[in-house]
Amino acid sequence: MFRTVKELVEMAEKENIQISEVMIRQEMDVKEKTRSEVFSEMERNLEVMEKAIEDALQGVQSVTGLTGGDAVLIQKYMQEKTPLSGNLLLDAVSKAMGTNEVNAAMGTICATPTAGSAGCVPGTLFAVKNQLNPTREQMIRYLFTSGAFGFVVANNAFISGAAGGCQAEVGSAGAMASAAIVEMAGGTPQQSAEAFAMTLKNMLGLVCDPVAGLVEVPCVKRNAAGSSLAIVSADMALAGVTSRIPCDEVIGAMYRIGKQMPSSLRETGEGGLADTPTGRLLKEKIFGMSM
Amino acid sequence: MKYNSVFDIIGPVMIGPSSSHTAGAARIGKAARNLFGKQPSWAKIYLYESFAKTYKGHGTDFALAGGLLGFETDDPRMSKALDIAKENHLEIEFIEDSSAVDHPNTARLLIGDKEESIELIGISIGGGKVEITELNGFELRLSGNHPAILIMHNDRFGAIASVTKILAKHEINIGHMEVNRKDVGKEALMVIEVDQNVEDGVLKELQSADHIIQISKLVS
Repeated sequence: MFRTVKELVEMAEKENIQISEVMIRQEMDVKEKTRSEVFSEMERNLEVMEKAIEDALQGVQSVTGLTGGDAVLIQKYMQEKTPLSGNLLLDAVSKAMGTNEVNAAMGTICATPTAGSAGCVPGTLFAVKNQLNPTREQMIRYLFTSGAFGFVVANNAFISGAAGGCQAEVGSAGAMASAAIVEMAGGTPQQSAEAFAMTLKNMLGLVCDPVAGLVEVPCVKRNAAGSSLAIVSADMALAGVTSRIPCDEVIGAMYRIGKQMPSSLRETGEGGLADTPTGRLLKEKIFGMSM
Repeated sequence: MKYNSVFDIIGPVMIGPSSSHTAGAARIGKAARNLFGKQPSWAKIYLYESFAKTYKGHGTDFALAGGLLGFETDDPRMSKALDIAKENHLEIEFIEDSSAVDHPNTARLLIGDKEESIELIGISIGGGKVEITELNGFELRLSGNHPAILIMHNDRFGAIASVTKILAKHEINIGHMEVNRKDVGKEALMVIEVDQNVEDGVLKELQSADHIIQISKLVS
């Protein structure tokens, strides 16, 4: 069983296999399941992600009215204009936000690694899919690779906003996505680790300050940031750029920063954006009405 | 390791909006129901820190209710669980508690019916994963990764042997075992993680072993 990214990469290199394959073999071993059982369980998750994105692109609205409809706005903009940041990047942003709009609307999603950060992995997957034309198996492998990196973070640091701030949540999700993009694009296991480190580095210090304590504002748009950073970091890694601070040390830094955060900035809805005049006003409005 | 499966990270499939507050809460509720062994008729649920501050908007209340009703995290009835609980004569009271706790997402559940009750503490550690950290005042660390049998017994010579003898007879392998007691000769708790689900017949046999007070099981 791997505990660190270093061990994960070494296992892949030693056997000359992909990160996804290391994760698949470990899962089969730990749960005493066959390859096809493990694959079909992950395929079910993939189907849930696909359906959530389809629903989002039809347009959804949360119960509070705080979020919804932005994924559709972006798709429309992409059709009518030439996006400055590029179609693939904006498509990922739209699909990541859309997934979280469905989540906020209490629809069915797959937590990756959490519900509040459920957009980054599927959002990037269904955007890069249009360019890389992966097989269904490669798409399922994308989720195993994401999971392998998330597994290290969850066991060595944390993945929830309440425990470690949004850096632990969307930070991990975006970083997991960037490692998976690299593998799907034909990069090496080490390049996946570099991409992961670069994404997480750029998310360090990110606080969890949901307005009215709800997974809506700023969560939905932070999934946009996480997924775009994932693509940029994947590109950097594929170009040969490396992280000067090794991946596992970045995860360690994230852990220590999270520990140092006051509880007001860890999903209590008491600090940061939640504690702005508008944030407080929205909270009053939402809890004044019947939910 | 806290997380041992890739599906703890990619998953669970769930009804939004929060894996810790909704999916995790549902699993704590379901673990409580399993440990009680039947549907309770009343529940007093104390919520701490992030659970206490943000539970209403996250549906932590209906998710805990859904868990007590036996719902899975992706059950479409989840958001209606509070109403369904009422229809099923399950009275639930939520209490926001400001006491200090070790984990920001902590719930303490007292559940019962006319005859009996149990008390447990569950924490939601992220991504829908939970741990049960206390049962009837006994500290424990149950991950829910494996099925488990929890046996309240009197701290007497031979009590543990009588239990393991029965498990051996039925070829049930013990993965992990903990024994905890309040004081010498007093009430004690055996927590036995096993590899496969234990049939009710085996539980009945265990119930009749020496010095056993109460048995419950947790299905993973």
